[in-house]
Parts: sequence; structure tokens; C-alpha cells
Amino acid sequence: MHFLSPRTNLVLLLLAIAAVAVAPFVAYPLFLMKLMCFALLAASVNLLVGYVGLLSFGHAMFYGAAGYVTAHAVKVWGWDGAAGILAGVGTAAAIGLLTGLLAIRRQGIYFSMITLAFAQLVYFIALRMPFTGGEDGIQDVPRPLVLGLIPLHDGMVLYYFVAALVGLGFWLIHRVVHSPFGQVLRAIRDNEPRAQSLGYRVLRYKLLAFVLSAALAGLAGSLKVLVFQLATLTDVHWATSGEALLICIVGGMHTLLGPVVGSIVIVSMENYLASFAEWVLIIQGAVFVLVVMLFRKGIVGQFYAYLASRRPAA
Amino acid sequence: MDSFFGIPWAALIGQLMVGLINGSFYALMSLGLSIIFGLLHVVNFAHGAQYMLGAFVAWGLLEYLGIGYWPALLIAPLVVAAFGLAFERLLLRRLYALDHVYALLLTFGVALLMEGGFRLQFGVSGQPYPNPLSGGLDVGVTFLPLYRVWVILAALAVCLGTWFFIEKTKLGAYLRAANENTPLVRTFGINVPRMLMLTYGLGVGLAGLSGVMAAPIYQVSPLMGSNLIIVVFAVVVIGGMGSILGSIVTGFGLGAIEGLTKLLYPDGAGVVIFVVMILVLAVRPHGLFGRAH
Amino acid sequence: MADANTRPMLQVAGLRAWYGETLALHRIDLEVREGEVVCLLGRNGAGKTTTLRAIVGLLGRREGQIQLQGHATEGLPPEAIAKLGVAYCPEERGIFASLTTEENLLLPPVLHPGGLSVAEIYQLFPNLQQRRKSPGTRLSGGEQQMLAIARILRTGAKLLLLDEPTEGLAPVIVEKIGQTIRLLRQRGFTVLMVEQNFRFASALADRFYVIEEGQVAGHFRRDELDTQRAEVEALLGL
Repeated sequence: MHFLSPRTNLVLLLLAIAAVAVAPFVAYPLFLMKLMCFALLAASVNLLVGYVGLLSFGHAMFYGAAGYVTAHAVKVWGWDGAAGILAGVGTAAAIGLLTGLLAIRRQGIYFSMITLAFAQLVYFIALRMPFTGGEDGIQDVPRPLVLGLIPLHDGMVLYYFVAALVGLGFWLIHRVVHSPFGQVLRAIRDNEPRAQSLGYRVLRYKLLAFVLSAALAGLAGSLKVLVFQLATLTDVHWATSGEALLICIVGGMHTLLGPVVGSIVIVSMENYLASFAEWVLIIQGAVFVLVVMLFRKGIVGQFYAYLASRRPAA
Repeated sequence: MDSFFGIPWAALIGQLMVGLINGSFYALMSLGLSIIFGLLHVVNFAHGAQYMLGAFVAWGLLEYLGIGYWPALLIAPLVVAAFGLAFERLLLRRLYALDHVYALLLTFGVALLMEGGFRLQFGVSGQPYPNPLSGGLDVGVTFLPLYRVWVILAALAVCLGTWFFIEKTKLGAYLRAANENTPLVRTFGINVPRMLMLTYGLGVGLAGLSGVMAAPIYQVSPLMGSNLIIVVFAVVVIGGMGSILGSIVTGFGLGAIEGLTKLLYPDGAGVVIFVVMILVLAVRPHGLFGRAH
Repeated sequence: MADANTRPMLQVAGLRAWYGETLALHRIDLEVREGEVVCLLGRNGAGKTTTLRAIVGLLGRREGQIQLQGHATEGLPPEAIAKLGVAYCPEERGIFASLTTEENLLLPPVLHPGGLSVAEIYQLFPNLQQRRKSPGTRLSGGEQQMLAIARILRTGAKLLLLDEPTEGLAPVIVEKIGQTIRLLRQRGFTVLMVEQNFRFASALADRFYVIEEGQVAGHFRRDELDTQRAEVEALLGL
């Protein structure tokens, strides 16, 4: 996707960083942090679907489970923020490993169905386990110190902390996609039998990508409970997985920036519609249908296509 | 003897009944999904919403036109099937040439649209639907509600009838052949695009039929589809996607297992199907009756 | 009638075709007249199968003209092309595993009068009658090939496209298939086939096209085999 010169890319990156730095003075930090968490969740889904060709319908299980664990660690065990987040991410990765071992053996639609079924299992467990607080969830999650130093209870500090970690997550995805590992993943996506015949241990690569994606979703979930100080069943519900997919597809499924743009669009829209709760499902459904039928490339994808068409024939 | 290893017969049979009722719906729904998937290679996420639509059509027929259960049993599935035919023809068809992901997302979007629309109109609470077959069978140890016996028998009949249609008839042969090698079948002059449309209609009609049958048992609510569909997906994964026999056997079987679990280990009833799924997948990644695709 | 005799049953002119983004056929021109047996020769990957697939409408993007009995087939879906009287027996045979032998045989609908009856087919291929309740893929390779040919004989299609009918088969079966094709020609069928087995083809076909890299590299009749043996062998790289 190198439609712009490296220099333009660098300028845009600096502009983006500046925008993120300035944003909390212009918009509600809480809203922005919600944007960022969802963007990271969507990005983790996008990593799998766009670059590995695996459509996961169950990422809420990583997102929500990590959230629960972090919330519990920080609230009940009084852990430091860093430890709490690591615990959450670790939990997500562990769940990713366990479900991946079974799911990754199948391709295409079977894989998707298996992830969905596993997510439901996690949902049921979350519903019944006492530590999750059932229907009430874990409330009043404190915002602890991170590494004994960083005071997350300060709204602005929290914002930059979340921005930094989400940025780290995106940077990690960028590095993976553009690494040799990422190239193998793409080769697997495009022609798995061929990749296998070339000697690549395809299952291992897919599993690794799956666990990585789970960990990133977990990071999003852990951050989310610190931001909103709340971990609920909604976080593990398949509707959250669906929302992440919606963000991916609106933003552009095969792009790195798609999840960011998609998140801005969808989260803003839902914020706006908060008073019309009954319309949310309809609007989401309508957006899905419209985007899939007419704007498959998503916003960012469409933009890249436009840029590509403007270049003289390469 | 009025107990079986310590479990009273009445409770055992009662819970088995409940399990088989659920199993009836699991079987009918996964049958519809398998039929659609086998030919179109699309996972019809809208299946739950189409089930819900069937129930609401039945309710609407009664509420606004005074048309009762028995005619509704015929009319509602046809109405739902008609919507399905239109949807396939106008929207779904355009996505076949693309990655299967898009078709899946389209049906997912339609499911959200339908559920959202009905929620807007009816809220989340359910509308009651009267039992068309009151009374029961006295079998000595317990009392079997007549309507529930009817549901199990009717579901079994529909499943077996569908199986027979697919496995033993000429049209069924067209479907089986097209499942295996669609392009070749077209070169024989068989109108496959039309077959795709009708197959989608059939699968969706089965969902609508399930909805009508469910109406007197579970309340008619906009949420009834999404509650059911996730479990049905697990059933389909266990049975093997695209397998007709797999859907039927697994559907009824898992329903029975779920019912018995409720009796023996109530807390586990909600998850037993998923646990079974994990166990089955560990041993047979393609499901019990599935074939390597 | 003079018209029917001058107009070829199949006429392919300037055919170009793509598999996705790759150009598979650069330019194919050929014709098949009623009652002929025409053979496409050439190495693997030359474009012979692709040509057949283009004729029945299984290829995505193509340019050029294909006329069947004078009807243009541009833009027609496979099911419509089938109704113009052409039937296809693919290289992989395409026997359906979830159908019995008899179901396989009876699957293609009768689109025109004049095809063989089921009784006639069973007379030609008694094996198929014997094994008619078995699942199609339980048959041996040779039996499956015969089934694949047999099932398109019922449809009433007069132009038969056979892709590598003798591939991987024992000499006895190859002989049988040769007999079958001769019989079909006697019955008035027209055959366009792809064959790697030149000995087999040269005993049967009236004319040959040599396909190379998506183009027609040469053409000769059977009687030219003797008079122009050297040129033919050069063409075939023998």
C-alpha cells in the first residue's frame, strides 16, 4: 500500500501523532479512548481477516476475558496497572492458544463457526462464574499506578497512556505485516497448499498469528476496563465481535488504517444514536448491507483505490 | 419402580421431552443451514432472524387476520421462503463470485436489520401465542403435553421427508450433484442459478416453519432467533456443515443430551453443547458426519 | 439441404480467453462439420482443455466468436449453450460421488430428441447396468470414463466434446472407447476430442488441429498423415 512517497508517509505519521496529542483538548478524552480501544480491537480482527484470510467471529472472548481479568486483578488483588494489563493480555493469549489449536485446523467458514462457538462458551462461563459478577459485571474498577509511577487516575495521563499502548499495538501490527513472517502469512492466505508445498509449517504460522491477534484484542479489552472502570457481559457478547467486524469492513478490510477510520465512524455514530437505542441494530445492519454490497473496499480501501487510479500506469 | 437410578421416571421423561423439543428445533434449523451451505457455500447468518420472522408471521396472521396455527403452518414458511427467494435473487447472488466472507457478512447484516426492525416495533418482550393442541397423553408415569409430542413428531417427519427428497429423488440428485460440481452440472443444461435461489428458499422456509412451531412454546419475541442461532451453529459444527443426516442426528441427539444434562448437572446445561463441540473437534476436525472439503 | 452442409456445426473464430488475469488462449480458429471426428493435439498446458471449456461456456472472460449450429454463444451461460446441442465430458470425468451410477447416468436432462435411450446405452455398456446401484465413484477408472461418456449420449446433443477419453486407461478399455466413438459417428454424432494418445486418435479422427501455447499451430487431415508424414511429425515434435 505504498501509494505515497516515504516522505509523505512520514509527514502524515507526524501529523497523526500531533493530532492524537492535541485531540483531548478538542474532544472528550473518554470518547477518544473508547475510539482507540475499539480501533485496536478491530485492528486485531483485521490482522486475521485481512492478512491471514481467517474471519474470526469470536474476538469478544479475548477482549472481554482480558477485561475481566484485569478488572479483577486491579480491583480485588490491588495489582499494579502494568501487572493487571499483562495478566489480561496473557489470559487472552492463553485462550487464543487453546481455541486456536482446535480452530486453526479448519479453514474458511468452518474456522469462523468454531471461533463463534468458542466465544459463546466463554460467554456462558462468564455468565456463571462468580468472579465476573454475572449480569452486573465488575464495577468501580480503580485506575491504579502503572509501574508504581504513572498515575492513571489522572484523566490526561490515562489518555496518553492508552494512546501510547494502542499506538504500540498498531505499530506491532505494522511491523508484523511488513516482516518476512507477514509475507509468509500473506502467502498462506493467497495459496495455502502452495505455501505448504514450499515447506512452511502453515499451522504454526496461523496459530502464531491467531495468538498475536488474541493478545492485541486482549490489550484493547484490558485498557477498556481501566478507561471505563467497568467490565460487563457485553464485552464477551458476540455483538461486540460483530461490531469489531463492522468497523473493519467500514474502514477497509485489507488496510492498516481501516480500523482507525472505521472506529471513528462507527463509534461516533453509536454515540450520536445513544438516545435512539432501538435504532442501533437497524443502523448497524443497514451499514453492513450497504458496505458489503456497494463499498466493499471500505473508506480507506476506496481512498487507496482512488489514489492508485490517479497514478500513471506503473 | 418409579425411579431410574435414583431419578424419578416422571422427571426423566419430562426432561427428555424438553430435550427432544429443543432437539427438534436444533435439527430443523441446522438442516436448513446445511442445505443452504451445501450448495451455496454461504453460512446463512440470517437463519435465526428468518425463524423469528416465521413466528411473527404466524402471530400476525392470528392477530390481524384471525388465521390460526394450522393454516399458518403452511402460509408462514411460504412467506418467509418468498422473502428468501427475493433476497437471494436481488442481493446474495451478486456476491457468489467473491470471497465467501462477503456473503456471510451480508446475511449477518440482514439478521441485524431484521432483529432491529422487530425490536423497534415490538420491544424485547415476547408476544404470547396460544397452544393449538391442548391436552396431553397420560403414559402412566407422567403426562406428555400433546402439542410437544406433535412438535417432535412433526419435526422428525419434516427432517426425514427432506432427507428423502434430497437422497432419493431426481430433484434431490440435481442438488447433490450441484453441491459437488456446480459448473459441470450447468453444462448439462440444468439451470443452476435458479436452483440456488430455490435451495435458499427451501432452507429459509425450514427456518420459518421452525418459527411457527416454536411460537406456542417459546414466546414470539424479536430475540428468539439470536438466542437460538448460536447454539445451532455449534450443532452444525459438531454434525459437519453440509451434511443432511448429520444435522438431523446431531440436532436431536444434542437436544437430548442437553435435556439430560439439565437433570443430572443443571449448571452445565448451558454449555454442554459447546463442551461436546470441543471434544468432537479434537477428535474429528470435520465434525461427526462431515467430509473433508 | 445445401445450407446445412456448408455451415459448420461448430465454428470458432478469433477466440481469446483468460483464466483470471492470465491470457490462456491467444487465438483459436477451428471448425467442426457435422458427422466429423476432429481431434485437438498438443502438449500439456497448450490450451486444448481450455478451448473445450470456452466452447461450453465455463471460462470467465473471452473474446472472439463461437458459433454452434449458426447460433452465437457470446454471453450465454453454460445451461443455455447446452440447449444448443453440445455436451461435454471433462478430463476429470466428473462422476458424482453422492449419486449412484444410474443417477449419474440419468442426471443430464434430455434436451433434444435423437439421443440414445437408456436401453441402448445399457446395451453399449453392460457394465454400467450391472453396477447401476453402486455409488458412481466406486466404479473403476475405465467404467467411470464410460459412464461419463454414456450420460451425455442421452441428452440429444449432437456435438460431443470429449476431453482425454483414454487417459490412464488400460488398452482393453481404450479399445472399447474407440469402438464407441466409431459407433457414435455411425449414428450421426459429431465429436471434438482432445487426445494425447496419437495412435488412438489417428485411427479415429478425420482431422487434427495442433494447439501450441494457446494458438493453432497446424492442421492436417488423416489422409495427409501418409502423404505429409514428415511435416506432421515435425509439428507434433515427434
